Amino acid sequence: MPDKEKIVRVPIGPQHPALKEPESFMVDLQGEKISSIALRLGYNHRGIEKGCEERTYVQDVYLIERVCGICSHSHSTAFVQAVEEIAGLDVPPRAKYIRTLIGELERVHSHLLWLGVAGHEIGFDTLLMYTWRDRELVMDLLAELTGNRVHYAMNVIGGVKRDVPQEQFARITSVVDALEERTKYYVELAMTEETLAQRLSGVGYLSKEDAERFGAVGPTARASGVDRDTRRDDPYAAYGELEFQVVTDTRCDVFGRAVVRLGELMQTYSMIRQVLKKMPDGPTSVRAPLKIPTGEAVSRYEAPRGEDVHYVRGNGTDKPERAKVRAPTLANLQSVAKMLENGYLADLPIVVAAIDPCFSCTDRMVAVRGTSESKTMNWEELVQYGVRWYRERGIDLSNVKMRGEVTA
Amino acid sequence: MAKTPRRRPGRMIPSLLRSLFRRPATTRYPFVKWEMPDRFRARPVVHTENCIGCKMCVRNCPSGAIQIEDMGEKMFQATIDLGRCLYCGQCAFVCPKKTIELTKDFELAAFDRASLVVVYHAKPKPVEEPAASAQPKAAEPQAPAA
Repeated sequence: MPDKEKIVRVPIGPQHPALKEPESFMVDLQGEKISSIALRLGYNHRGIEKGCEERTYVQDVYLIERVCGICSHSHSTAFVQAVEEIAGLDVPPRAKYIRTLIGELERVHSHLLWLGVAGHEIGFDTLLMYTWRDRELVMDLLAELTGNRVHYAMNVIGGVKRDVPQEQFARITSVVDALEERTKYYVELAMTEETLAQRLSGVGYLSKEDAERFGAVGPTARASGVDRDTRRDDPYAAYGELEFQVVTDTRCDVFGRAVVRLGELMQTYSMIRQVLKKMPDGPTSVRAPLKIPTGEAVSRYEAPRGEDVHYVRGNGTDKPERAKVRAPTLANLQSVAKMLENGYLADLPIVVAAIDPCFSCTDRMVAVRGTSESKTMNWEELVQYGVRWYRERGIDLSNVKMRGEVTA
Repeated sequence: MAKTPRRRPGRMIPSLLRSLFRRPATTRYPFVKWEMPDRFRARPVVHTENCIGCKMCVRNCPSGAIQIEDMGEKMFQATIDLGRCLYCGQCAFVCPKKTIELTKDFELAAFDRASLVVVYHAKPKPVEEPAASAQPKAAEPQAPAA
């Protein structure tokens, strides 16, 4: 092993290490190989949970929807399910089916987006252009069904806001047929294109034991052979009445994650067809009270990226006492550090992108405790520190007036 | 690295060549306008003649974009700040008289923030409407914290 002086520490991020989102990786390199990696979150903290406590439940649905731009329906459904459980509302079956339909269409667009991004990260931009062109089909369909391309605003507490009329079923079926044909092509391409397999096989290895130990979720865990899917294990909405298989893979690498996502797309198309066939008649929402009684609930939802957990506690008013969001990326981040160990620096973007990260969804309050370097400073000390820091580098700021009375 | 028997590289070339002779997937936007679907949610329009001043929209709005003012004689004026609006359609959903409608007009860019504030002036009710049927609820308009 080389001695310690040979280790080079490279900061990657916080400006978009993989996707265009802030996240910092401190990478220790031995030559080209990564010896250890430290992650740092918290560049995109938006205070959404606190914001929820200050708004009414009705307003929270739209705030929660904006946790993520890709899996917006996942977050709002998870939140709404938790509130409905506290309030004891009986959601009409048609509303559950519509939620499932939109959720699965969202999975289609999320997985196609991921496939394009993965192609882009390995320099396969043709794949990016093709998948994103096909993704427009489902985006246009979502705009027709819900009225918007990303923030669908379909959920209200007690059901869904808009019905999906029978006339639109034919249009949904035709889009699903077209997408299924395209996805079959991508599956075939992934299985037979030599360059894709060469680039992705063995990259970002995560064993089944590690996936379980680090609590990986979603396609990341399923590609490591962990047979876990909230839609089957803890059915919500209409998933209990649908037939589908949980796609797993034992390759444990980025290629496996691509295969799992493509397999999930094929399952999703069959699920959408079942939803259209089985969708019952009836109302789409029940009237929800403005004031939600005291109680607490945890809601789980299988978002395209993995399991989404929402916790809501009501205190009898029209505002929640506490709302907690656990986005799937947070569960997967620990495994990223493991995947990157002993890998190459050039593989970092694709390995990070392979968990389909969404850092601004993940950023909650982060408190760093107990590290030897951390220290709390008040404003005065911080100013003194800054002045000292610049003076050591030959810049004298001691005469500059700042808030907090500089007397250095 | 596990290697599986594979065919030759360049599997995408046939479909690449096919794309050469297809129409572009994009449109030349300002010249070619995309027709939005009928249920698209863009510029909200308030038909103030039907408004009963219950202010459900004001209380439900997630971003505090809408204001309803009582102009007397059971007439109400609505002000919508399109810069704050999320276009979620919650106001249209809760409105008991279906006064608010989200239209397809999505080209809302402006140079001036003030020009995004749209006022829908109060209009008298249509004559066949029995005026006393809907009493406005006297609830305080609780705008959400910005």
